[in-house]
Amino acid sequence: MQSRRATYRSPWLPYLLLAPQLLITFVFFLWPAGQAVRQSFLREDPFGLSTRFVGLDNYTRLFHDPGYLNSFKVTLVFSVSVAALSIGLALLLAVSADRVIRGHRGYTTLLVWPYAVAPAVAGVLWWFMFNPTIGILPYLLGGLGYAWDDRLKPGDAMILVVLASAWKQISYNFLFFLAGLQAIPQSLREAAAIDGAGPVKRFVTIVFPLLSPTTFFLLVVNITYTMFETFAVIDATTGGGPAQATNILVYKVYQDGFIGLNLGSSAAQSVVLMGIVMVLTFIQFRFIERRVQY
Amino acid sequence: MTRILLTGAAALALTATAAAAKTQVTWWHAMGGELGSKLEQIVAGYNASQDTYEVVPVYKGDYTETMTAAIAAFRAGEQPDIVQVFEVGTGTMMAAKGAIYPVYQLMQEAGASFDPKAYLPAVVGYYTDTDGNMLSMPFNSSTPILYYNKDIFAAAGLDPETAPATWADVEAMSKTILASGAARCGFTTGWISWVQLENLSAWHNQPIGTDENGFGSVEAKLTVDGPVQVRHWDNLARWQKEGVFKYGGPGGGSDAAPAFYAGECAMYMNSSASRAGVMANSQFPVGFGMMPYYDDVEGAPQNSIIGGATLWVLRGHSEEEYKGVADFFSYLSSPEVQADWHQFSGYLPITQAAYDLGKAQGYYDQNPGADMGIREITLNPPTPNSKGLRFGNYVQIRTVIDEEFQSLLAGKKSSQQALDAVVERGNALIEDFADAVN
Repeated sequence: MQSRRATYRSPWLPYLLLAPQLLITFVFFLWPAGQAVRQSFLREDPFGLSTRFVGLDNYTRLFHDPGYLNSFKVTLVFSVSVAALSIGLALLLAVSADRVIRGHRGYTTLLVWPYAVAPAVAGVLWWFMFNPTIGILPYLLGGLGYAWDDRLKPGDAMILVVLASAWKQISYNFLFFLAGLQAIPQSLREAAAIDGAGPVKRFVTIVFPLLSPTTFFLLVVNITYTMFETFAVIDATTGGGPAQATNILVYKVYQDGFIGLNLGSSAAQSVVLMGIVMVLTFIQFRFIERRVQY
Repeated sequence: MTRILLTGAAALALTATAAAAKTQVTWWHAMGGELGSKLEQIVAGYNASQDTYEVVPVYKGDYTETMTAAIAAFRAGEQPDIVQVFEVGTGTMMAAKGAIYPVYQLMQEAGASFDPKAYLPAVVGYYTDTDGNMLSMPFNSSTPILYYNKDIFAAAGLDPETAPATWADVEAMSKTILASGAARCGFTTGWISWVQLENLSAWHNQPIGTDENGFGSVEAKLTVDGPVQVRHWDNLARWQKEGVFKYGGPGGGSDAAPAFYAGECAMYMNSSASRAGVMANSQFPVGFGMMPYYDDVEGAPQNSIIGGATLWVLRGHSEEEYKGVADFFSYLSSPEVQADWHQFSGYLPITQAAYDLGKAQGYYDQNPGADMGIREITLNPPTPNSKGLRFGNYVQIRTVIDEEFQSLLAGKKSSQQALDAVVERGNALIEDFADAVN
């Protein structure tokens, strides 16, 4: 970090070196994003035989569609639940693993495993366990007097997708928390212990405040994860149902665009999502990136 | 998109190398598993039967994926010659006039021998325009029938050789079965939308929509909130509470079949093409019946309507290739190929000749229940209410039907409210579609 500026003899060399990355960004991001923006102002039949410019019509329709507004609500509930659950559990596990002296590595490795599971596979696993006909958990819950049915009860379906998505994300959060915990100087905790602070008090007044940049960072990353990377989990478990109870924004883009072949609306939804990503990225870079110690 | 481009590129490369010898015809289909192998076997049989053309079948995933892939490919100018599209995509395909090559026209222009009268009207009627011209080639069509577990019927003291004829029978028999403890549920069903709404309407000669169920206009409106449909959904919701009916899930209802196979439910309603699966998976003697009806509804039972998929031909290829397509379609329609496919899969034969061949072979005597579907679709000459249905955006409307049915079962809506919502939301989707294609 001492010298930020490197000098090149040829003025073209830096651009040449950047070119592959720029090309990839252009082909895989800017171009499709531009297409989406363009498409969002058009109304078109699926085959693209008749195309008409409709201005902001796709957007106004969208924000008058109760299904879309519902999808916002569902996404909010889903994101907050997944983020809270996975961050909370990961913190608990990280604090526990941090205190373990023997077999520390073993626990850590085991806890990281679920992250290697593909989202679709995670979805299928949980779907299978919670399947009202063949799953083990509805059978056990039935014994407790609860008739689990994620195909009919919106609440059950939400719990299912939240559990499946959070389970996968715990590993990731765990790693960051563990690293964060190990970065806290032992001397601070020892000093507090000498002053008579118990483990809970030490955690609340010293450890957690020092972890707050990590927590904030994870919050943003987790919300991004729940909004954009949980498509496969939803697709493999509830398919957005029952009655759109788990139809999150990104899944609706797929449903309207790929199944419904309503490209204009789907593109408008993508543009809205793109706006949300931009805001989240901005928050991350502006406020968090500088404070977090990796 | 990349996948589609790559496949397209691969297909092109293949065409380039083999073009010298034979004209290649690509066929994108959605038949996986056993059906997929059978399809490849049929194609291999065709390719071996002549040496001018070569049909190349490509499996593109499920129906939705196949249709989406073909449309995306069309937009990119990489479309296959033939694509298999499910029945609810018919409205979308038909409206794409510049993209599709109607089969009757193709057969004519390619000079193939083609007699539209040879095809079963109940099957091709779904895929003809208002002038009776066949737009796509039916390939796999089926219709819902009733399956029942004879062991459970016997254990409950019912006659195992008598299937329920009416919905009142279904209810009474289910209650007898529940009371006897022979099974935990009376009946379950696949495809709420297709079986318990669309076919229910046709079977009782009730309109699904205006303008001959949408055949006459892209601006038709749904009318499934009529008294018969409301009454039936009301019953289903009540039966679900009483244990008479068990919900098998949205779409195809993936939990319905296992519940029947495991002996949990005594009766099961689903496609006639589910027959092979039922026979392979059930450890008990299976009985067959027609779909139940309400005997106080005038004109019931009328005739059932089909589901499944047809083969659409896409524009943008050479005349040579279209000659190959026509030749292949003639082969597909031949009685031997049709009878073989029908008997293997449980899909309906598309020609009278194939049905007659099966009869002559004694197939229906040896395989009771295998002709139940044909008997249902040919029970009465189709009326405007029972010819089929054709609405734009119908893939999404099917989802709407599932969603509203779930709201009904969850007790959030009455059957009238749920069906009114189907009509309202469905009509909005139809309007959207009409707006986009006009």
